[in-house]
Amino acid sequence: MGYQNIFTQVQIRGPIETGPPLPHGDFPRTETAGYSYLMGLFANAQLGPIYLGRLGVASIVCGLIAFEIIGLNMFASVNWDPVQFVRQLFWLALEPPAPKYGLSIPPLAEGGWWLMAGFFLTTSIILWWARTYRRARALGMGTHVAWAFAAAIWLYLVLGFIRPLLMGSWAEAVPFGIFPHLDWTAAFSIRYGNLFYNPFHCFSIVFLYGSTLLFAMHGATILAVGRYGGEREIEQITDRGTASERAALFWRWTMGFNATMESIHRWAWWFAVLTTLTGGIGILLTGTVVDNWYLFAVEHGYATQYPPTGIVDPSTLQGAPQ
Amino acid sequence: MKTMSGKPLKSPLALGALLAMPLLLAGCEIGSKETSQWGPRGAGMEGVVNPRVVSAPGVPPESPYPLENRDGPRARDSYENLQVLGDISTEEFNLLMINITAWVAPPELGCNYCHNPENMASDEVYQKVVARKMLQMNRTINTTWTSHVKQTGVTCYTCHRGKGVPDYYWTNAPARPSGILGNNMGQNKPSPTVAYSSLPHTPFEKLLVGDEKIRVSSKGIHPTADNTTSIQATEATYGLMMHMSSSLGVNCTFCHNTQNFGAWSREQRVGAWYGIRMVRNINDDYITPLKGVFPAHRLGPTGDPFKVNCETCHQGANKPLGGVSMLADNPSLRDPNVAVAANGTTVLAASARTPGTVRAVAVTMPTQAADAVALVASSAADRVRAAAVTEAVQ
Repeated sequence: MGYQNIFTQVQIRGPIETGPPLPHGDFPRTETAGYSYLMGLFANAQLGPIYLGRLGVASIVCGLIAFEIIGLNMFASVNWDPVQFVRQLFWLALEPPAPKYGLSIPPLAEGGWWLMAGFFLTTSIILWWARTYRRARALGMGTHVAWAFAAAIWLYLVLGFIRPLLMGSWAEAVPFGIFPHLDWTAAFSIRYGNLFYNPFHCFSIVFLYGSTLLFAMHGATILAVGRYGGEREIEQITDRGTASERAALFWRWTMGFNATMESIHRWAWWFAVLTTLTGGIGILLTGTVVDNWYLFAVEHGYATQYPPTGIVDPSTLQGAPQ
Repeated sequence: MKTMSGKPLKSPLALGALLAMPLLLAGCEIGSKETSQWGPRGAGMEGVVNPRVVSAPGVPPESPYPLENRDGPRARDSYENLQVLGDISTEEFNLLMINITAWVAPPELGCNYCHNPENMASDEVYQKVVARKMLQMNRTINTTWTSHVKQTGVTCYTCHRGKGVPDYYWTNAPARPSGILGNNMGQNKPSPTVAYSSLPHTPFEKLLVGDEKIRVSSKGIHPTADNTTSIQATEATYGLMMHMSSSLGVNCTFCHNTQNFGAWSREQRVGAWYGIRMVRNINDDYITPLKGVFPAHRLGPTGDPFKVNCETCHQGANKPLGGVSMLADNPSLRDPNVAVAANGTTVLAASARTPGTVRAVAVTMPTQAADAVALVASSAADRVRAAAVTEAVQ
């Protein structure tokens, strides 16, 4: 068989692959399954069957409730005007309670809906996490996917739950909304003296950019040896002249060392996981332990020092208006 | 025409669509830009201006004739009920009235915008009461707020630009609904007041009156009770800053080294700091007290008068009207009293302009201003002079 890519892919058609039998007590998988030529250009052509299960159903229900609360609140904020809902969608938001409410439960219109949406969204996400864990176990797999997902959930929980708890106010949490959450992010950085001086933010960026670099290197390498069947890694690992060996030699000759077929995935997994782990730590420390990251950077000698301007804060002058 | 695969394009429509595609890039500003660096390299402290699209700052109108000196009989001796401008000369007073008419009054009303033509001294027209307060405000700005307006100063025209109500003002927003219906929490809508961000779109009622704290960053590394500013309060400050940025047509680095917003990196931030206090002074001490004077259609939805923010004067330019001073012919807007030089003669306080002949008034002076001359000149001597000016115009 010749070299395959998305243009030359041979899509096999046969009886639907339904998967191994499920343990006693599990829901059955859905009956519906089929082939899609378009899907086959990007991924496996077989769609379904899907296993929903209790966790999946509960997660989808909770997620749907959160989605509806957020969407209907946004819709109500433009007086149920569908045109304005579409035009202003990127600006619309479901805002957390005002600072005066602290950690109490506010009236629905004053952040109560936000609290409820957050509860259902968090429940949905955690149920989905449990689902990824359980499905991996059911297949006899490791639980790496679940723990990588947990790293992202950590950052989500820090932003919306753990840090607001420590600060004593739901108002510290992020609004639901496209531009509103971006403006929140910028305001957060401004309030705490420039988040770019937060070393954990630095780590997070390193791992984020590192993840894209590793993904590009790994993806490119495997595609480049696709003509030798490079995607069938395991069966080639120890053989001479295979795609696997060529891929390894390419990097050893290019930069002196190479990952192995196993270690490259560990690299990628840790880079991805550390992006949100370190990011979450950085957010958790902001406002709780450090209130001005720029001054923190000055204290620890890593802030750029520009020449003094000699300009005096006018509010410190005698007789200045306040 | 053939496509890359060799097939001819099927219709002129496809060709047209292909040629029209660059129009999608019409938002781009083509051509070279003018850049200027105003801070340390690497800090992004620079302005990038496209000279072809930069907005014109507006051109201040000239007086119909120059003010030659401040001598002569005092206005209080010529007119009645002068509470603010009584101590300037009648000549100067007349010129100022002509100018104010051109700066503020709708052309079809002229003097009658503020005055009862039957009795010019009467305060029965509310605009006259407002104008008096505004004259006091104008003097306060030009004398106690030179930290912001420098020696350029302001006149009525800086804000009014020939209109009874300036184009840019703000009023308190109506109370938010108690439920979620139509309740955007005072933010989260594309509003020009905060440069179309989703930030709180009425930061003015919190920050451009009274003395609410604007700064958000802490002076120490660790949290203390001194600064418990919430993210929501920070967003209000951020909204005000976006307003300032768009009102002046400048970016953040015009005033800040954004590495550390709290630092005093540029002199412009000092000017802006005084500007904010000046605006608060204007709103609190001059405009809000006029609440009972304005008719209902000159009040906002909560019954407060139209107040000022940065855009009221700046209107997109970092120096309103290109930084041109209009005080030379209107010195009484800054200096209530005549300055007396060492040799005993009175001099113009604001300018050293050579007194000349009446300017080419036929070109610059609108007819309505000429009418104004005739109307405001109630004393016999003034009528003579007004007649001369009117004649020169015609």
